[in-house]
Amino acid sequence: MSARRFFAVALVVSLLVAGVASYYASSRPDGLEHVAEQTGFIDSAEESATADSPLADYETSGVDDPRISGGLAGVIGVVVMLVLSTGLFWLVRRREPADGTR
Amino acid sequence: MHVPDGFLDAPTSVATGAVAAAAVAVSLRGARRELDDRTAPMAGLVATFVFAAQMINFPVGAGTSGHLMGGALAAVLVGPWTAVLCLSVVLLVQALLMADGGITALGTNITLIGIVTVAVGWAVFVVLRRVLPKRLDLVAPAAAVGALASVPVAALVFTGLFAIGGNAPVDLGAVVTAMLGWHTVIGMGEAVITGLVVASVVAARPDLVHGARPLVAERELVTRKVVPQ
Repeated sequence: MSARRFFAVALVVSLLVAGVASYYASSRPDGLEHVAEQTGFIDSAEESATADSPLADYETSGVDDPRISGGLAGVIGVVVMLVLSTGLFWLVRRREPADGTR
Repeated sequence: MHVPDGFLDAPTSVATGAVAAAAVAVSLRGARRELDDRTAPMAGLVATFVFAAQMINFPVGAGTSGHLMGGALAAVLVGPWTAVLCLSVVLLVQALLMADGGITALGTNITLIGIVTVAVGWAVFVVLRRVLPKRLDLVAPAAAVGALASVPVAALVFTGLFAIGGNAPVDLGAVVTAMLGWHTVIGMGEAVITGLVVASVVAARPDLVHGARPLVAERELVTRKVVPQ
């Protein structure tokens, strides 16, 4: 498999996971939240300063259909991640081949 | 285990913030050795995939759930320094865009999910790679064991931070027992996902798997020349 094809497959998988499969994720509290509820420190949690952001809690504000609202937030998140992280790693990378042929 | 704002007091959050900032600075230097024209796009995709996979909470026992943390996965695929950066970008985007994990807790979350799981996952993987037969098909199982260990250790470190700077007066014995118990189960999910993803990448492009490099280098290399039309 060519590197280009491999990267394309990885991107499509990420988009499908975040955009489609995420709808079927469990909505139960995660391990830490559950322990906080059980042992009594959940009330010390404060609302995030970004709680009013348009994608807060992986829901797109203004989109009513939960499947589209969550899927859109996931897809936007994937695009932002791809641009930010690939950009960062492209800047950080060394400019000569990795095998140390110099 | 994204920690929200408020669980830990300000001094503890400042301290974990300093730890996180130092780790990111060191990792920016370390990642130069791991990243080149070929592995930089790979690292970007690994960070992106970890973000997507973290949206998938799987049910665990009664009333709770877990999701991939991805530290061991990223470390084996792109190297430990780059993995710290991958997870840091994931946690930054989650905190700023999705309100997932607190803003003042960002240093805590980078410490737990970005540093502890990467360090534990990579260390276990490297030890296993040394003692196991030098075979490509053992890379994924070794990564899975690293992933399995990384989650309860991160839960323990959270409990330690909570013991130092927890804002609620609760029984620490109960917290450590519950954290360790649930996160051992969640770690099994982490191990399964990590093993499957690493096995898939090893099957498709073993040369792109950082943790498999010492094994791939021993195989015969094929050089292809690109002839311009």
